Amino acid sequence: MKVYGETMPSRLFLGTAQYPSPAILQAAIKASGTGLVTVSLRREAAHGSGAGFWDLLRETGVRILPNTAGCHSAREAVTTAQMAREVFGTDWIKLEVIGHADTLQPDVFGLVEAARILSAQGFKVFPYTTEDLVVGERLLDAGCEVLMPWGAPIGSGRGLVNPDGLRAMRAHFPDVPLVVDAGIGRPSDAAAAMELGMDAVLLNTAVAKAGAPVLMARAMAEAIAAGRAGYDADPMERRDMAVPSTPVLGLAEFI
Amino acid sequence: MITIAGAGLAGLACAYALLRRGASVTVFERAEVLGAESVARFAGGMLAPWCERESAQEEVVSLGGRAFDWWARITPVHRRGTLVVALRRDQSEIARFGRRTSAYRTVNGAEIAALEPALSGRFQQGLFFEQEAHLDPRRALRDLAAEVQRLGGEIRLGSPAPQQVDLDCRGIHAALPGLRAVRGEMALLRCPEVKIRRTLRLLHPRTPIYLVPRGDGHYMLGATMVESDHVGPPTLRALMELMGAAYALNPAFAEAEVVETGAGLRPAYPNNLPRLERRDGTLHLNGLYRHGFLLVPALAEAAADQLMERRDENPREFRTA
Repeated sequence: MKVYGETMPSRLFLGTAQYPSPAILQAAIKASGTGLVTVSLRREAAHGSGAGFWDLLRETGVRILPNTAGCHSAREAVTTAQMAREVFGTDWIKLEVIGHADTLQPDVFGLVEAARILSAQGFKVFPYTTEDLVVGERLLDAGCEVLMPWGAPIGSGRGLVNPDGLRAMRAHFPDVPLVVDAGIGRPSDAAAAMELGMDAVLLNTAVAKAGAPVLMARAMAEAIAAGRAGYDADPMERRDMAVPSTPVLGLAEFI
Repeated sequence: MITIAGAGLAGLACAYALLRRGASVTVFERAEVLGAESVARFAGGMLAPWCERESAQEEVVSLGGRAFDWWARITPVHRRGTLVVALRRDQSEIARFGRRTSAYRTVNGAEIAALEPALSGRFQQGLFFEQEAHLDPRRALRDLAAEVQRLGGEIRLGSPAPQQVDLDCRGIHAALPGLRAVRGEMALLRCPEVKIRRTLRLLHPRTPIYLVPRGDGHYMLGATMVESDHVGPPTLRALMELMGAAYALNPAFAEAEVVETGAGLRPAYPNNLPRLERRDGTLHLNGLYRHGFLLVPALAEAAADQLMERRDENPREFRTA
């Protein structure tokens, strides 16, 4: 898949928070085969720096997508994005504007506003949004070339809460890269997202908080590859009636 | 004569281990006041290897086991266990924590109330790690320093270490390759109305916290984990999270006096485990991360082994080539 003109080596994007240690994070990145990792700047960069941790991330050689996690207004998100560009030397930004403290649901109004400001400043914006089609339109109008609808609330591990909404998104935006961001708990959730025709999946907690994060990273990568292949292979339609897979013609009949 | 840089937790523990083997030891400490620049001041002081196993590797259990008796020779160790609880809506956190750990029994509401009456009626399910313990970190540092001096060791306060020392224990100030800072923020409360005797951990999907009784109505509340080398005071958000969690444990904490807030930088290596390594003729003990009091006994003894040239007896993980 291509985003902002860049070919991604993998359809799995990986978050870097909450791992038991940076060493396990590095191993999980490697096992996942991901070509894009997100990193939160906000808390770490407010004062001082998280340089030690960022150096360990850079060691992996994987492209970094800084995010604006934890920002609750467009202005805050814009400032954080500008800071991230300085720190990481990239104009790619995962835009999060949180509207609801408990569900961490995106504030789509602030999101569109921040996306417009950042796009005008040359940022390549990856917006964390809902499956709302109109919001998707507005984000594209604002300059986004990719949409990242949630599967379920961040960190909830509930899987795809609204698969029909995602399916509608795929149908409505056939040529826009769609990345399911947030809510993935198990490999089957990731595979389901890919079977819907999503272009990629972004996940974090499901790997970081698994008992064996490195093993789960590999499992997610395999599920995403399988789900995508299943989508490309044009699966059969579901039927109500059983159809024997072995022909019955020519079977011996006893009269 | 063995010279040590840094009279924090690691430096003092190593001095103690060396003195007990008959070495003579001088510890250099930049700060004028003992412990003033030591991150151990902000520690919880939990000896909780089984709980820590939730996110740490097996070494915290295998190396941490000797901490109980080691510390008991030096300072009071309160062997009252750790009680792990979660609010009703976060019950799945208990299941996850239980799957990652061992050496506990599950407890119901009545058992929780029997262990800690202050939690009565508030929590219906928990885990009790009976073998765990806690100590008072500041008292432990003082007691350890007193032991070092009683055994004939010299602690030179206000004296930066010379260029070349035998053992470097300067924590985050050592600037070793691969060593990073993980910032932790804490608060000290005084709340005599709430009587809690053992370490509590409140599991929460966003901000797990622990509360360690310090005696005399005092409680240590900790701690955040931020990938940052910022040394300034705690942020409002960190304190909100800590205070909110204390309030969830028992609303009577609303009346607690906030005696102190603080922040420190934990030195950590990429695998979050400590290292004992030789560089240019100096042995470095560093990277104790959030397991200082738990792991320093094993590491200090291993360091003393190396300095006294008894390498074969080191734990395998810390043997140098």
